[in-house]
Amino acid sequence: MSVTTLLFILLSVMAVGSALMMLLTKSPVHSILWLIVVFFAISGHYILLNAQFLAIVNIIVYAGAIMVLFLFVVMLMNLNSESEPAKNYRLHLIGIISGGSLLLVLLAAVMKIDLAHPVMMKVGEAGLISKLGKTLFTDYVLPFEISSVLFLSAMIGAVVIGKKD
Amino acid sequence: MDIKAYLALSLTLFTIGIIGVLVRRNAIIVFMCIELMLNSVNLLLVAFSKMHAASTAAKASLTFASDAQIFVFFIMIVAAAEVSVGLAIIVMMYRNTHSIDVNFLNRLKN
Repeated sequence: MSVTTLLFILLSVMAVGSALMMLLTKSPVHSILWLIVVFFAISGHYILLNAQFLAIVNIIVYAGAIMVLFLFVVMLMNLNSESEPAKNYRLHLIGIISGGSLLLVLLAAVMKIDLAHPVMMKVGEAGLISKLGKTLFTDYVLPFEISSVLFLSAMIGAVVIGKKD
Repeated sequence: MDIKAYLALSLTLFTIGIIGVLVRRNAIIVFMCIELMLNSVNLLLVAFSKMHAASTAAKASLTFASDAQIFVFFIMIVAAAEVSVGLAIIVMMYRNTHSIDVNFLNRLKN
């Protein structure tokens, strides 16, 4: 077993285990911290796939910005109470069964397909910053600029929604 | 590494996100599960882009693999914008109802 396979298995177990822990913990703050671990595992996968730019952006944007925003909201509003009153176990069971059957169906369908080419790991220049930057600022410069407008509108929207009236 | 390993991993993470949306009732955790689903799809996109880059048809023009990763970048941008607005909505909801239970919000009025 090569080091790459070992790392893949380790990161996969880390991602799936942390995602399960995110679901199972009661406290929202612990949930957020477990989700950060998931994001770090996914960033590890990106590094394994030689998508270095996405790995860094994933850590900065998701673990650094979005999750901190979640933590701010939870802590500022003092939502860390473990109150999920009147547990409906039947609903839990139905959710788990439907989700599990969805996973079964998807896996059974997807494992049938025959894709001959392996995934290139640790090689290929497509994920390097210089290549991505050239593509982003030549072919995709218009969507890039439009996304700045999207951010501006999201910022204004968040302020308008969040302000006290 | 076979693409099927990535498919299995991504589908597992996606299903965990779906189960979280179905089972949990804390609005913030439901929101985090949506983020998890977005991330699993991102991972699958990158894996497929690297698989496509390995195929002989794409050897001539390697930009396709970059295109997929630009897509992932834009998904991250949209997710960041979505989170800011969504969290503002959750804050507003908490201010009005003093609860972030999604079952409490089964109607838009009141």
